[in-house]
Amino acid sequence: MFGFDAYTISLATTVGISIAFALSLNLITGFCGQISLGHAAFYGIGAYSAALLTKGGFPFFPALLVAGVMAAAVGIVVGLASLRVRHDFLAITTMGVGFLFVGIVRQQEFLGGEMGISAIPDPGFGKLGYLGVVAGFALLVIAFTIYLKRSWMGYTFDTIASDEDTSRLLGIDTARYKLTAFAMGTGIAGVAGGLYAHNVRFIAADSFGFIESITVLSMVVIGGIGSVTGVVAAAILLSMLPQWFQFIDNYKLLLYGGLLFAVMRFSPNGLAGMFQLLPKVRRGGGL
Amino acid sequence: MSAVLSVNGLVVRFGGVHAVDDLSFEVRRNELLGLIGPNGAGKTTLMRALTGSVLPLSGRLTFRGVEIRTLPTHQRIRLGIGLSQQIVKPFPNLTAIDNVGFSAGGSNTQPVWKSLLRLSRVREREKARLLLQRLGIDEFADAMPGELPLGVLKRLELARVLALEPELLLLDEPLAGLNHIEAARIADIISGLVADGLTIILIEHNLGEVLRICSRMIVLDNGKKIAEGDPQAVMADQAVRAAYLGT
Repeated sequence: MFGFDAYTISLATTVGISIAFALSLNLITGFCGQISLGHAAFYGIGAYSAALLTKGGFPFFPALLVAGVMAAAVGIVVGLASLRVRHDFLAITTMGVGFLFVGIVRQQEFLGGEMGISAIPDPGFGKLGYLGVVAGFALLVIAFTIYLKRSWMGYTFDTIASDEDTSRLLGIDTARYKLTAFAMGTGIAGVAGGLYAHNVRFIAADSFGFIESITVLSMVVIGGIGSVTGVVAAAILLSMLPQWFQFIDNYKLLLYGGLLFAVMRFSPNGLAGMFQLLPKVRRGGGL
Repeated sequence: MSAVLSVNGLVVRFGGVHAVDDLSFEVRRNELLGLIGPNGAGKTTLMRALTGSVLPLSGRLTFRGVEIRTLPTHQRIRLGIGLSQQIVKPFPNLTAIDNVGFSAGGSNTQPVWKSLLRLSRVREREKARLLLQRLGIDEFADAMPGELPLGVLKRLELARVLALEPELLLLDEPLAGLNHIEAARIADIISGLVADGLTIILIEHNLGEVLRICSRMIVLDNGKKIAEGDPQAVMADQAVRAAYLGT
């Protein structure tokens, strides 16, 4: 298989899904400035939607599309909360949505309850083919977010993230822009969730809980809030570290917490900010 | 002259406090109306009520014949009201020219989905550069707001709101914090805007400049209008002297 062993393919697939998932949160939190501590819930909605659909005989790609739409629909409802509350209150609200998702899934038999959903159908592309699908989606999300950042929508998101009240005073319908960010970000997370479900072929509520939400937020913060290249780099790094160093897995949260602390203390703009500063340091400008 | 803005029986209350109390007045097309009063008189609250940042309890606000009291802020702005805020708030991560350029590109931001299809900023930057030139700060076009002194930031704030091409410009203490030379320069710019056809409501504590450039004045005290008319006559009014100057 082109010299790739099964482990490398599996690792690359995980990384690809993480990139798309992290960029989906970057769109909401990084671009538009709306903090979310429950983003894994949308990843979960996508995973459960796609898994149930393909188990029911629905074709894979349309199931992914429906997964994205389902997550986006719930994302818009949660986005409505962002019109009422901001900053730390929004963080608490979205965290509540994350807990609510896990609580509901655990109680519903048709969602597998505590046992989760197993025997999710193989999409039938083979491991390498599936990596191709994931890589294609991740590249599409990277290209889309780079384009979005350069567009007037990105320009407007930037001003809303910076100062929502002033944006409104410049004639911006901030409510619609925030809802659009939530719809797009949660939709992408939903598709990423669908890809995840068909990669691991078993899902349970715990895979989409608070820890997963914090993990993906770590990727955004460590990469550099709002930076596409930084977040992609952080998603690759944070997905691979536990795989490379198996012993880290048990201390994953400790590692992520330590990295978050170090980034906040020494480079608040994340990896992206660090690389922007490097030429200055080389010229003797210091940090 | 016809009225651009009519305020009738406007009441804004914060808890038990009447910040604006049964206020009525008109703003005529192409006039420079000075709005003065001691701190806490309700001037900034009135501006906020006009832009929709605070919701009045009752009263009517008619702008160009449209009742705007229940409209959200962005719709009032699109109708032609522009506010230059008391505390300048440029977007800190955009250069001076991009701050103004963003404002100049209002049509690119609506409807929301179309803003995704629009990439070019050339025309907006060109318009922004002309505005920066007009306000004498084009040499700072590529500077970040954090690097600029207050005098330049005040002009930048003005350039940004002018880029909206408003019909009615609300200026909330544009001269605050400036020395008398810079204050006089900005007052001249404001005067020039009226000569170019704009209608302006100016809130300002610098009475010398207000008396110099305004064609009419309204004095507020405790949310109520206590005087209105020719600036010199208003300043001679005993109630104004008592409330505003304490004499």
